[in-house]
Amino acid sequence: YFGRPRQVDHLRSGASRVLVASRNFANDATFEIKKCDLHRLEEGPPVTTVLTREDGLKYYRMMQTVRRMELKADQLYKQKIIRGFCHLCDGQEACCVGLEAGINPTDHLITAYRAHGFTFTRGLSVREILAELTGRKGGCAKGKGGSMHMYAKNFYGGNGIVGAQVPLGAGIALACKYNGKDEVCLTLYGDGAANQGQIFEAYNMAALWKLPCIFICENNRYGMGTSVERAAASTDYYKRGDFIPGLRVDGMDILCVREATRFAAAYCRSGKGPILMELQTYRYHGHSMSDPGVSYRTREEIQEVRSKSDPIMLLKDRMVNSNLASVEELKEIDVEVRKEIEDAAQFATADPEPPLEELGYHIYSSDPPFEVRGANQWIKFKSVS
Amino acid sequence: MAAVSGLVRRPLREVTVRDAINQGMDEELERDEKVFLLGEEVAQYDGAYKVSRGLWKKYGDKRIIDTPISEMGFAGIAVGAAMAGLRPICEFMTFNFSMQAIDQVINSAAKTYYMSGGLQPVPIVFRGPNGASAGVAAQHSQCFAAWYGHCPGLKVVSPWNSEDAKGLIKSAIRDNNPVVVLENELMYGVPFEFPPEAQSKDFLIPIGKAKIERQGKKTKIYRHPSILVKFNLEVTVINMRTIRPMDMETIEASVMKTNHLVTVEGGWPQFGVGAEICARIMEGISKKLVLEYSQAIVNIMYLNTYRIKRLKARSGQTTSTLNLSCVQFPGCSCCSCHWC
Repeated sequence: YFGRPRQVDHLRSGASRVLVASRNFANDATFEIKKCDLHRLEEGPPVTTVLTREDGLKYYRMMQTVRRMELKADQLYKQKIIRGFCHLCDGQEACCVGLEAGINPTDHLITAYRAHGFTFTRGLSVREILAELTGRKGGCAKGKGGSMHMYAKNFYGGNGIVGAQVPLGAGIALACKYNGKDEVCLTLYGDGAANQGQIFEAYNMAALWKLPCIFICENNRYGMGTSVERAAASTDYYKRGDFIPGLRVDGMDILCVREATRFAAAYCRSGKGPILMELQTYRYHGHSMSDPGVSYRTREEIQEVRSKSDPIMLLKDRMVNSNLASVEELKEIDVEVRKEIEDAAQFATADPEPPLEELGYHIYSSDPPFEVRGANQWIKFKSVS
Repeated sequence: MAAVSGLVRRPLREVTVRDAINQGMDEELERDEKVFLLGEEVAQYDGAYKVSRGLWKKYGDKRIIDTPISEMGFAGIAVGAAMAGLRPICEFMTFNFSMQAIDQVINSAAKTYYMSGGLQPVPIVFRGPNGASAGVAAQHSQCFAAWYGHCPGLKVVSPWNSEDAKGLIKSAIRDNNPVVVLENELMYGVPFEFPPEAQSKDFLIPIGKAKIERQGKKTKIYRHPSILVKFNLEVTVINMRTIRPMDMETIEASVMKTNHLVTVEGGWPQFGVGAEICARIMEGISKKLVLEYSQAIVNIMYLNTYRIKRLKARSGQTTSTLNLSCVQFPGCSCCSCHWC
């Protein structure tokens, strides 16, 4: 269904755009990463990992792009150019970029509504994402989906109903197993959604049928305005799968996320069944643009995370201190990213809205055109598949 | 139905509705390996109502999957599998249990093609018995035609006889959209003649077309006790077959001829399928109808219970012929109502 040429595989391209600096950089460096807490597992992911210069620059660029894109969305929202729902993921960049780094483009991913970062890492351009947020026809869903309903190849959204995406993800994993192609499905949900009953139904069936499903709880400590202590009798989300083995991962460290993902994907691909990962992360913005985000947590807390655990800062420090990149080089990337976001925002603001005549399009797939009744019996819309 | 002398009548096979659905699914499972069936007791139990009898033996664990009692979970799994390119048939033991999973049917299946701007189709079939059964009580007797028929993005069909059942289930499985197939448990065991074309592996009934089962056939005389008038009923019976998208053309054409309409359904009258048909008639052709009598629009609720709203006799006549279009979607055995 997705033979769209515009899609770009960000992780595997773009290295050539980096200027060759006059300094000699190290090719790679080894870093120590935090040990993951384990549930029903004898061994976990490794505690050291090698980061190449090329990968480091890619991850940095991608995280910076996601960060800038989310901040631009914030700005456009305050200018009322974006309206409706808008859930931003700044602070959680290590999750989307780290997960993508641990899997293949042929693997599958599904998440809930805080999806802009994943939409980007799964291959869509910032232009298409911002234009979808502003509801224009150049958006990836032609302006009909908005913030919560963006789709790409092997990326199933963008789902608005909290928790519903988890059985969907188990179903995608069932299709992976059915087709016998060694693919896995990453099924994400938040700490709030982790208390949904249908997730436990999905755990049961995934474990019963040994589906290659990696259940991932992005624990950013707050389900909307309710902190985890007030929502869950057990906040050890990595253990909530009970009979499903689990890992608790530092979600602010991209290398930790990458290693854990590689470990989890290898586990699933070996046919052992599902596995659960809890990524401990943090969002700087409120739950959505209508939430200032300070009524249920303190500004000091937000500031502390920003100064001590910011994922982009952590990667940057590592790379500079290990001579993988220079500060100037990273600043250059910042400038390029800013420009890319500006251009995308221009497009997203200037592109026209989808035409009203197409309001009834895409109700059914593969069907001949038919008529749809409008707000009264004299208004008719044509529906084309 | 007198036999026409001189013609040799080929005996037609009799097939029950249950076997017709079974045949339809079997043929589609054979034809396309992306098709699979999941639900409670569909595999080793041969189906709670034996509709999937023999399929697990033939196709095995990969294609016929017994699920735990987790409607929301397995319906979501089925929708996810459809999004990833498979063609699942998701059975609800009865549609009453689909209420537990209704979010997956509506929000995950029906709306997705639209919300994705045409990128993500969901080729899934939800099937199972719907509506009234024998003595199963209130929680197990609801008709969901109106609820599912309300939502754009879904197709909703309701087969009556074996031919309907086989043709519609095959069309539903081949359709690239989410299709809700509302069967009826009381009809499963009823045998019908199976015409030769229905025995073909490519026999399909188009979704969105109603069938005129009977054209103005003369039926028994009815006499309402408070009116000393006899009516001869010439009833044209229309089998809707599809609830959504509704075939208004067939209904309108018939009502234009007869000027009277009776709608019959197994669901509650308020906000029901009959209410929608009446609304569309009112918006559409009602001004062109010659109303000889005041409206005789009847909603029949459950079997053999009815109430006539108003019937006024034309003055000066003791007998008259009342032409009626009777629109039904028999998921119930409405063929035993008094009108016909």
